[in-house]
Amino acid sequence: MDFGFAPVARPGMTSWDMAELKLIKTAAEEGLAEAFAGARATLPGAAAVKSLRDNAFRIFEIKGLPHRRIEEWKYTDLRALMRDAKPLAAPPDAAAKVKAKAAGALLSAVGARRVVIVDGAFVPELSDLAALEKGLTIVSLAEALVIADKALIDRLSRKALFSDDPAFALNTAMMSDGVVIRVAEGAQIARPIHLAFITTSVKPVSVFTRSLVTVGKGASLSVIESHESADGVDNQANHAIDVSVADDGRLDHVKIACEGDRALHVASLLADIGATAHLNTFTFTSAGAVTRNQIAMRLEGAQTHVGIRGATLLKGRQHADNTLVVDHAVGHCESRELFKSVLDGESRSVFQGKIIVEPHAQKTDAKMATHALLLSEDAEADAKPELEIFADDVVCGHGATAGALDDDLLFYLRARGIPLKEAEALMVEAFVGEAVEAVENESVREALMELARRWLKARA
Amino acid sequence: MPLLEVKNLHVEIGGKKILNGLDLTVDKGQVHAIMGPNGSGKSTLSYVLAGKADYEITEGEVLFNGENIADMEPDERAAKGLFLAFQYPIEIPGVATMTFLRTAVNAQRKARGEGELSTPEFMKQVREAAGELGISQEMLRRAVNVGFSGGEKKRNEILQMAMLQPRLAVLDETDSGLDIDALKIVSDGVNRLRSPERSFIVITHYQRLLDYIVPDVVHVLSKGRIVRSGGKELALELEEKGYAQYVGEAA
Repeated sequence: MDFGFAPVARPGMTSWDMAELKLIKTAAEEGLAEAFAGARATLPGAAAVKSLRDNAFRIFEIKGLPHRRIEEWKYTDLRALMRDAKPLAAPPDAAAKVKAKAAGALLSAVGARRVVIVDGAFVPELSDLAALEKGLTIVSLAEALVIADKALIDRLSRKALFSDDPAFALNTAMMSDGVVIRVAEGAQIARPIHLAFITTSVKPVSVFTRSLVTVGKGASLSVIESHESADGVDNQANHAIDVSVADDGRLDHVKIACEGDRALHVASLLADIGATAHLNTFTFTSAGAVTRNQIAMRLEGAQTHVGIRGATLLKGRQHADNTLVVDHAVGHCESRELFKSVLDGESRSVFQGKIIVEPHAQKTDAKMATHALLLSEDAEADAKPELEIFADDVVCGHGATAGALDDDLLFYLRARGIPLKEAEALMVEAFVGEAVEAVENESVREALMELARRWLKARA
Repeated sequence: MPLLEVKNLHVEIGGKKILNGLDLTVDKGQVHAIMGPNGSGKSTLSYVLAGKADYEITEGEVLFNGENIADMEPDERAAKGLFLAFQYPIEIPGVATMTFLRTAVNAQRKARGEGELSTPEFMKQVREAAGELGISQEMLRRAVNVGFSGGEKKRNEILQMAMLQPRLAVLDETDSGLDIDALKIVSDGVNRLRSPERSFIVITHYQRLLDYIVPDVVHVLSKGRIVRSGGKELALELEEKGYAQYVGEAA
């Protein structure tokens, strides 16, 4: 169940390169090495954390930036996409904090408890931490790394589906801050928590955050992430969220990427889920130059249900990649995946979905579907379902479609007086809506559809 | 001025000639029935009037209210008052019937420079029209035509017509697939909309529908041309004798 690969010589290496007796690094890889060397002493964390960072960076150094020969990154060649490494974002100053006040305004109707992370740093004074519900704790990751209790170190160093992934390893090495959310056993937290990430810099920076969410036995929680930054700035963001849902627990998670038009955004969601638990996640992407959402879930207890869904709306030369791994480690669980993308211009969406059914995971019920709507001749959708089934009594299915809007359907709408662009918009909304309707919270659903409508309006 | 004037219309699809010098004049308030054997060009006529792509007019013209509509988009034609009740209504997954009706009504109003219908006014109109056609509120909430029976789909077409209040409605084999009760509901729906200002072209294979929607003029279409026109008694004659003589004649 290794998510990694064996190191090999890079394509493009010449014998002259070999003569130097070391792997040639790209400018971005060298920049990252320098950044790590420079920040190593000041990045937060006790000694145990420092050694964790060193180990993680070693993994990254061996592997380098992922490229097209790496199966998991086949369609999103970070080595080609990252020309250089942007300097690490400085901790937010007063001006940055003022800018960050409006972060995540789109979700204001949700009434969530807002937690704000500015330029990679958790900012308590912008966050709503008053009157936390009984059983709920929210602390900064940086603080937790300094305290570095055994549970935290065990969690950060455990062998997981992303352990060998270079982007995730880089996140472990460089994580500056984030939030640690814990819901105690049995606590039902009705009010959603909104993690509002914002990068305020007008000069390109890189940001690395890690957040941990722990839902105790029988507890429930809803978390919404929003990510935003300014247009015209080629920031590099690498965010990771590590989720653990204990037996009988429930987590609803929504991630909305509203990054600026030149941003590179890499996000990892790692989840371990116990028995008779629920985890639903929804990923919405309509902004940013290059977005990579990678999700890896391990189902460790029976009778658990996970739903992994998403919608992607792209135009111009935008690129978005949703790569999922669901590992059914035990039987009698259900997983549902549905990703929809709407592609205009020369944009490209990628879906890679791997379902692993381990040898004893009988009665697994796993279904995966991805559908792309191509609004232009030059748009591209890549879909790669992978089923690795080692048990013999399972129901696993996958389906992928890509196509244009149906002409007969459009004619029907137009024959009723609806102009072409409006008819297309109606169809696109319906198409996206089918995925969005699985989101539990009505105000969040409405916010997502509003984002889709804005995208359509900008197109018309 | 006639509401619709089709003059010497020649239409091809994919290089295949379907309409072959068709002439048709429909005055305001009239109901014209067009009958004819399979493959005579009945559905092509309805699609050409509504503006479906791929149907190429090689000769002749179509004047709607004196205006040549050959180069108009389907939605422009609709906003000008042309309505086609589809033989096979299309399913629109994910779009509620109510949303669809509202979008269509307001798009047409906007194109005509009228303001949007207020929500209460729209709801009132839908409830009334739906009630008369036996369409439940639950059906209005469902996606357009998805999971509807054949009869429900046809009733939904008539509901759209009632909401859009066209000047000319073309009913393309609206009777196909309907049992006698559904046929009556649909015909009553059409008859309620008859007015001195509104015209209908009723395309059908069978005389049966014309017992309920009584036409002013009946035409026989064969090989892409109108080969005979007459009063409503022509439909009875066709029912009795069949189309055999016309199929031979036009060849």
